[in-house]
Amino acid sequence: MLEQKQDARNFACRVVDLKKEYVLKSETVRALRGVSFDVPEGDYVAIMGPSGSGKSTLLNMLGCLDQPTSGSLWLGGDDVATMNDNQLATIRSQRIGFVFQSYNLIQQLTVVENIQVPLFYQGRSLTREQNKRTYELAKMVGLGQRLDHRPTQLSGGQQQRVAIARSLVNNPYFILADEPTGNLDSRTSEEILQLFERLNVEGKTIILVTHEDEVSKRAKRVVRLKDGRLQWDKTNTQEIRDAAAQYAIDNMPVEA
Amino acid sequence: MNLLVGTIQLSIKSLWLHPLRSLLTVLGIFIGVASVIWLLAISKGIGDEAVRQVESLGADTIMIRTVKPPSEKMSSTGLTPYGLMRDEFDMLVETVPTIKSALPIREMRRQFQFKDRKLDGRLVGCTPEYAEVTHLDLAAGHFITDTENSALDTHCVLAAKVAEKLFPYEDPLGQRIYLPENKNYYLVVGVLKPKGSTAAIGGSMAAQDFSYDVYIPIKTLQNRIGDTVMSIRPGSREGEVIELNQITLRVFDVANVKQTAELVKAALNAHDRMEDIAVVVPLELLEQVRTTQWMFWIFTVMIASISLLVGGIGIMNIMLATVTERTREIGIRRALGAKRFHIITQFLAETSVLSLAGGITGILFGLLCGPTVNLARLIANTFWTDQMKELPQVVQTLQPSIVPESIVGAFAVSIIVGLIFGIYPAIRAAKMSPIEALRHE
Ligand SMILES: Nc1ncnc2c1ncn2[C@@H]1O[C@H](COP(=O)(O)OP(=O)(O)OP(=O)(O)O)[C@@H](O)[C@H]1O
Ligand SMILES: [Mg+2]
Repeated sequence: MLEQKQDARNFACRVVDLKKEYVLKSETVRALRGVSFDVPEGDYVAIMGPSGSGKSTLLNMLGCLDQPTSGSLWLGGDDVATMNDNQLATIRSQRIGFVFQSYNLIQQLTVVENIQVPLFYQGRSLTREQNKRTYELAKMVGLGQRLDHRPTQLSGGQQQRVAIARSLVNNPYFILADEPTGNLDSRTSEEILQLFERLNVEGKTIILVTHEDEVSKRAKRVVRLKDGRLQWDKTNTQEIRDAAAQYAIDNMPVEA
Repeated sequence: MNLLVGTIQLSIKSLWLHPLRSLLTVLGIFIGVASVIWLLAISKGIGDEAVRQVESLGADTIMIRTVKPPSEKMSSTGLTPYGLMRDEFDMLVETVPTIKSALPIREMRRQFQFKDRKLDGRLVGCTPEYAEVTHLDLAAGHFITDTENSALDTHCVLAAKVAEKLFPYEDPLGQRIYLPENKNYYLVVGVLKPKGSTAAIGGSMAAQDFSYDVYIPIKTLQNRIGDTVMSIRPGSREGEVIELNQITLRVFDVANVKQTAELVKAALNAHDRMEDIAVVVPLELLEQVRTTQWMFWIFTVMIASISLLVGGIGIMNIMLATVTERTREIGIRRALGAKRFHIITQFLAETSVLSLAGGITGILFGLLCGPTVNLARLIANTFWTDQMKELPQVVQTLQPSIVPESIVGAFAVSIIVGLIFGIYPAIRAAKMSPIEALRHE
């Protein structure tokens, strides 16, 4: 136990024999049938797999949105598999950054306010540093001039960038992204991927789910699921990653 | 603190997403609260006026009035004497020990004249104590005095309206008014201040109006005019034979009022057959008025509760729709770290803001009750002067009086309504699993 805890310090998270079953009226759906892997700090993992293989289920578990049927999930020194609803919420607000396929910004809030939502639920008044950090993040994702805009006044790519800034505001252990480029055109997708790359270079751990090989090749590592099990787990060489990045730039549609 | 302020700011922002919808919801509570305050203020205004009228009769008094008996009890030929008699007055004063003072009163409709100005009014024969018992205040001169009462004096005192109408230019003191029906004159020795009407007594529904009275000593009236009064009106000749129209008794102690009234009724049981007197006890009237007022209040509170209930259901309806509509937002917030508690607080804050807005605006509008009623009356008086004159006196003089408790109560109830009707939608919102909520379109 103690050993595991100490190990955990160098890992953003550790998944140990994670199982998830959905009990329906007529049948039991076994969405995850025992998945184990570690994500070291600073890793950039792409989760792939056919539809229905359990990618989203796994990501929800990693994001502490749902509890596994069995197995352990270590975040820092804590096994979140045993936590109750309130404890999970606290973990989410302090240790996890989410980026969704459909951006999921809150309509009635401005860019700045959206970025600060996770801090709001930490319950303390915003510190001066936190405020400063919000503005820095907005600037970093290129929205320094649009702080008071509402989501409806922004393009899809801009909204996704706000979401990325929001995922970073609480300085999370890792960023979880479920098909973050799924709703975006190739040029905007590229912007987002470059942003992720930059964050990863700066040391952020990123775990993203994707359908596209081109996107997965940009990650450091690809985990493939099939029927709720880990099919394979391989590391992308730097050559593969550079080639994918170059390919994306070359194939960018010419601007009209 | 940050959370509280943030939550309230957030709820205002969220409500602002649908301004019209929020406004209509607020309207429900607004109407409820305003109507409570208005209804209570108006009923208090009416009640206070009724109490004031009864109280001006005096809680320690008992009035015995002569009333015209039903026609089948009168003989068909000639004039039947009826009502209170002077002997009975003396008998009461001598035999009932709790009586402190007693006033005999004789009154009749008369015409008064000065120069060519004529006025129909009421001639009242009374004793000097009358002024004090009926709370008459003098504007000039003095009321009829003992010496005047004992002598066959021809002094008189004018009520405010009589003085105003008969003497628009002259000083009435020292002038003589003429009674054409009796062909005699009276010297004006006093003029009264205007006085509000008192409660209806003696079976008549109309409040007693003292503005057209002329007071003379009762013995003078007895000597110069007598008990038999003929009134000749175009087309009819009517007459009455009455010794006294009213005896007003005052007891030493308010506690003795009821007991004395019983004694008086027993002593005057000879009148039971004719049904020609009525005993009025202001204290009992007062109790009646209070009971009526209470019933009206209960009624008002019931109406108000119903309208607040309807307002509350409106809030709940809107909040349920809002929760469904904002399921996705709830999912996002949960994913970003909101606890169930935060979601509940957020939606409760929204309903509280709605109901508080309704409550506060309702109270503000409620406070405008008095000025609004006055303005409405002013407008009505200007444009429909004649119709307004025909309305009951209460309507013409109504002064709504805000009941402070109704403001506090309405405020508290509007918050409670917001919380009670908001709690179910809020709990429903918080119960949703974050994943399902996020998946919601
Ligand atoms: N709430 C649920 N109740 C019942 N079954 C569920 C539930 N959520 C997921 N499943 C089942 O679990 C399995 C895995 O679903 P999951 O959403 O994780 O797939 P996925 O890999 O994300 O697929 P896609 O690529 O289409 O998004 C599927 O068979 C799905 O039907
Ligand atoms: Mg999925």
